[in-house]
Amino acid sequence: MKNKMKEQHIKEGKKNIIWLTFAILIFLITLKIVPDKSSAVMAASWSYFKEMMILLPAIMVLMGLFMVWISKDLVLKYLGKDSGIKGMLISFVLGSLPTGPLYVAFPLVAGLKQKGASITNIVIFLSAWACIKLPQEMVELQFLGWKFMTARLVLTIIFVTIMGIGMGKLLNMQAVESIERG
Amino acid sequence: MSPTAIFINSFVLLFLIGSFFKDKAKTKKALKVALKSFIKMLPMVLMIIIFIGLLLGLLEPEKISQFIGEQAGWGGFFLIAVAGTIMHIPSLLSFPLAASLLEGGAAVTSVAVFITTLTMIGVVMLPLEIQVMGKKFALLRNGFSFIVAVLIALILGAII
Repeated sequence: MKNKMKEQHIKEGKKNIIWLTFAILIFLITLKIVPDKSSAVMAASWSYFKEMMILLPAIMVLMGLFMVWISKDLVLKYLGKDSGIKGMLISFVLGSLPTGPLYVAFPLVAGLKQKGASITNIVIFLSAWACIKLPQEMVELQFLGWKFMTARLVLTIIFVTIMGIGMGKLLNMQAVESIERG
Repeated sequence: MSPTAIFINSFVLLFLIGSFFKDKAKTKKALKVALKSFIKMLPMVLMIIIFIGLLLGLLEPEKISQFIGEQAGWGGFFLIAVAGTIMHIPSLLSFPLAASLLEGGAAVTSVAVFITTLTMIGVVMLPLEIQVMGKKFALLRNGFSFIVAVLIALILGAII
């Protein structure tokens, strides 16, 4: 599974370079076709470029630090042990630590499932991992402001909790039914 | 530099210094990982920047808001929600993209639903999720996430 992921990684890297070349070509052609708009295009690109370059290195360093200090084993150790509100809280916190993109989360989740973690906690962990990770919230703060960021964060926590509990109930019910039938 | 950027950079610097004093080797490794992921992300960053430049420089704000602005209605809203589920870009980059859409005249609800579907639902990732968690779980989670994204966006649009 690891090798396969690595292969996919390299393939994706190549694909990105091809797309980038394509994008640069379109960019240059557009600037040639509509020279009167080129200063507006350049200004918009430049302003976003500056803002990203001020932020991204720091975000990457933060993710690197978390990667070396908080190992996958540590996450596995604390996650899935507890149920109830404590379990959900731990799932949220561990899911939002900056330890990698979503495809890293799935192998972790496989380990969790084997350990017997509840569906609710797995759903919360995956959702937190996907959309309220600490580095993401920082970038969101910079680009969309604290109002948008806090509102989305709070709403996400509320709805992900509901979704987690709902999915837990739904899938457990079906499991019980199939045992009764079987 | 904006106050937010200064705050984030100082916050990370503090972490970095703390880590350095605790374990130099580990910190070095962290910096290596950071550099690697930064380089890996660069092509995507440049692509997004080009896209944002073209979007804001070429399109009139009225054009953007016609499609995904306040007056675009449900069609534009669901269009961008579905676009978020299909697109596969690093979630970190969804925020500058969202900010540019907002600047270009998109509605808050559209931008919020875009961010949430983009990050929570991965059509590209679906085979992996099915393999690990089973078909039922994967389809249910992605389906529910879509509904949740719509609800979050609608409430967010109402309160901001």
